[in-house]
Amino acid sequence: MKERIRQNAVPVLFLCMCILGLLISGQNLRYVTQELISRLARNWFLVLSLIIPVTAGLGLNFAIVLGAMAGQVGLIVATHYKLPGLAGLITAVVLSIPIAVVLGISAGHVLNKARGREMITSMMLGFAANGIYQLVFLFMVGTVFPVKNPQIMLDNGVGLRGTIELKYCKYALDDLIRMKLFGIHIPLAPIIVVILLCLGIRWLYQTKLGQELRAVGQDMGVASVAGINVDRTRITAMVMSTVLAAIGQVIFLQNMGTMNTFNSHEQIGTVAIASLLVGGATVSRATVGQALIGTLLFQLLFIISPAAGQRLMGNAQIGEYFRVFIGYGIIGTALLIHSWERATSQRSASRQTRGKTLEGTGNN
Amino acid sequence: MDNKWVLQIQNVSKEYGGNSVLKGVNLSVKPGEIHALVGENGAGKSTLMNILFGMPVIHETGGFEGEIWLNGKKAGIESPKNAMEAGIGMVHQEFMLLPGFSVAENVKLNREPTKSNWFSKISGKKLETLDLHKMGADTRRALDRIEMTIDEWLPLVGMPVGHRQFVEIAREIDKADLSVLVLDEPTAVLTETEASNLLSVLKKLAESGIGVLFISHRLEEVYEIADTVTVLRDGEMIATMPKTETKLETIAEMMVGRKIKRLGTAESGRATDDGDILEITDLCVDMPGEYVNGANITVRRGEILGIGGLAGHGKLGIANGIMGLYPSSGTLICDGEEIPLNNAQSSLEAGLVFLSEDRRGVGLLLDESIEDNIALASMISKKNFLKRVGPLPISVLDRKSIREHADKMISLLEIKCTGPQQSVRRLSGGNQQKVCVAKAITMDPQVLLVSEPTRGIDVGAKERVLSMIKKLNREKGITVVMISSELQELRSMCDRIAIMYKGTICGVLDPDAPDAEFGFCMAGKGGIPSD
Ligand SMILES: Nc1ncnc2c1ncn2[C@@H]1O[C@H](COP(=O)(O)OP(=O)(O)OP(=O)(O)O)[C@@H](O)[C@H]1O
Ligand SMILES: [Mg+2]
Repeated sequence: MKERIRQNAVPVLFLCMCILGLLISGQNLRYVTQELISRLARNWFLVLSLIIPVTAGLGLNFAIVLGAMAGQVGLIVATHYKLPGLAGLITAVVLSIPIAVVLGISAGHVLNKARGREMITSMMLGFAANGIYQLVFLFMVGTVFPVKNPQIMLDNGVGLRGTIELKYCKYALDDLIRMKLFGIHIPLAPIIVVILLCLGIRWLYQTKLGQELRAVGQDMGVASVAGINVDRTRITAMVMSTVLAAIGQVIFLQNMGTMNTFNSHEQIGTVAIASLLVGGATVSRATVGQALIGTLLFQLLFIISPAAGQRLMGNAQIGEYFRVFIGYGIIGTALLIHSWERATSQRSASRQTRGKTLEGTGNN
Repeated sequence: MDNKWVLQIQNVSKEYGGNSVLKGVNLSVKPGEIHALVGENGAGKSTLMNILFGMPVIHETGGFEGEIWLNGKKAGIESPKNAMEAGIGMVHQEFMLLPGFSVAENVKLNREPTKSNWFSKISGKKLETLDLHKMGADTRRALDRIEMTIDEWLPLVGMPVGHRQFVEIAREIDKADLSVLVLDEPTAVLTETEASNLLSVLKKLAESGIGVLFISHRLEEVYEIADTVTVLRDGEMIATMPKTETKLETIAEMMVGRKIKRLGTAESGRATDDGDILEITDLCVDMPGEYVNGANITVRRGEILGIGGLAGHGKLGIANGIMGLYPSSGTLICDGEEIPLNNAQSSLEAGLVFLSEDRRGVGLLLDESIEDNIALASMISKKNFLKRVGPLPISVLDRKSIREHADKMISLLEIKCTGPQQSVRRLSGGNQQKVCVAKAITMDPQVLLVSEPTRGIDVGAKERVLSMIKKLNREKGITVVMISSELQELRSMCDRIAIMYKGTICGVLDPDAPDAEFGFCMAGKGGIPSD
């Protein structure tokens, strides 16, 4: 019972904060609901892409940024060729998948070399890949790659614009099935896609591969003695996560309608990870439910905090700071708790309470 | 070569960083034979088994010399996977189980039966769905073969050590093409009944044509079931002989290279009437497989109290409950003060120190040195091994006294190592256990609870560990509660022996009480009438 409360402390805390914020901000409930639904539809997929690496013992995968880049490359190409609607969207996804696979494999190899330091390494990978991305799209487009397209490129013909209008495939998925309920527009198609993904993840853990992922996540030594190819399994986890992140980013951006060519992918890493943690997930344990609920709470906080800040302090910017602070704060806290738990599990081992520690790791 | 042998190990040598631990070992196993491998702690038995199973440690440390033949064919075993494919099954000295998985998931790990589905037809076997029904059924069958009644879907977390050991064995015998089964001290963590069950299982397996190679420090059981015995000493093969041509005493002497003293009985009627130090009332402990249901007993200051009984009757539960490792209820009074239960910290603070039966990784820091492992706990709890820097209110580690103490322990307990700075990971299993003993007695406890202290320790060192505990009791007046499933061991050490039956204390006997009385007590017909 105590364990249960402890487990759900984070989501409950955020729920309280959301309710409080909702009361303070005094916002129109219909507006909040509409905003929330469209945010959920565009964010859920990305957050869900984080689950597989957690169960495989790779921790929070900051390298989904790589997948997001792949997704953006697909979208840039689709926009360049002016592919309209769903056709453009599908092209973007199809193009981004091989890129994501290659990036995922490379990231997996790097993380296999950095056992025990996966999270910081994946963060570094994100930065490094970002450098290459900028190099390609700021300097090589228009020079090395002979492209001409004033709509997406800077006026001097070299490099992409900082923001690109995705006017051809904006709402391509959202508007696939139009539905209104109590005057609220519901993007049914992306929600169906999310449901399919949830079922897919559920299903994955009923397969041989899923079992291997879980085994590797628990104890690489035991898994390898059982004949499981640990390195390969970890790479597979990274590839799946990266590919899902690529698709997720395409879904995200078709709803936004504009792409911040050089920032969009950077933000999603922190937002997605913070969402997962708000749902009560930890570095070593994450479920579909936690991802869904965490996204809901975190996005709700996003919607109400500027208005709450305005009411409370007379400044919407305060709310803005608050939510950024919460986002980074929760990630920092999770990493801190993780390293603290590792230290104490060592110390308690030295105090002969192994039976206890064993139990602890099982239940958390 | 013909198939006269399922397994031949030829001229195998192995060095660990210039330290030669195996020197030209030859060993052959026939189909259906039970071959025992015995030797002192650190003789190289586990190393030989690791070579056989292609364990990563071997290849990370420069491989080995010599050849391994299986069923008449030369086998290049590079990894556990190779070994498994070649038909070798292995129960390791350390547990190779995943605590977060259920029994069935562990038994079928990486050998899960699967059903093909829509996706797997396109993308291959990895995406086949697990056939949970068959997983459960297979596991049930394997568990039934070794007469285990536990539920196959129970998670491994919190399961008693003995059960885990059977899960490992179930996993190995579930492998269909098994031709050699290797067990590294499979009975070390088992109680006598569990162990004898295991031995009969092994006999049955051998009858079905499987070659069994097993390591044990319990010479009685070696003598009971082995067809052939091979003795290893300091990495050299001393002898291989059919059991019928040898005697138990000879094996023991060959192992150690000297004569072994037999355990005597304790002097009974020793006066230990300094009052009670521990009062345990209505203790109930929820330790799966070792439940305690309202045990009452008092421990007198300065005595050695033994707790015995058959497996599953709760003797392990008592110590684990007192130490706050499993949920428990009741009252515990130490030195007149009540100690809250379910709180490991408060038990430690009250001066209770526990040497756990879970000796596989019993809270050692594997990557730290022997000396630090011995000193650390005592430093934290007792502020030992610290010295003041002049008049400053700061204490620093007293490296010199740590070293001296470690050296003393190493020679007293005969810990086989290259020096006090060697990391514990590099010790053999039995020597790790000795480090645990050293650590526990270094803590200068009020009450020392030792659970199965001599498990996995060779015949020679057993006597040293026991006499060490006795000396501690006599010279420092430390009260000892000793839990053991070896009655002989209890009778040689204890002033009184409590026998557990169905979670309660069934009777308290003198160490020189007749065998029959112990027998009655263990069957629940002791001093307290059973219901
Ligand atoms: N990883 C390692 N690195 C260096 N030396 C090691 C390593 N593992 C074992 N050794 C050394 O090899 C020797 C043989 O160890 P091994 O584990 O084979 O003994 P054992 O016969 O199984 O003993 P026990 O009965 O105590 O389990 C020991 O002296 C040990 O210190
Ligand atoms: Mg060994």
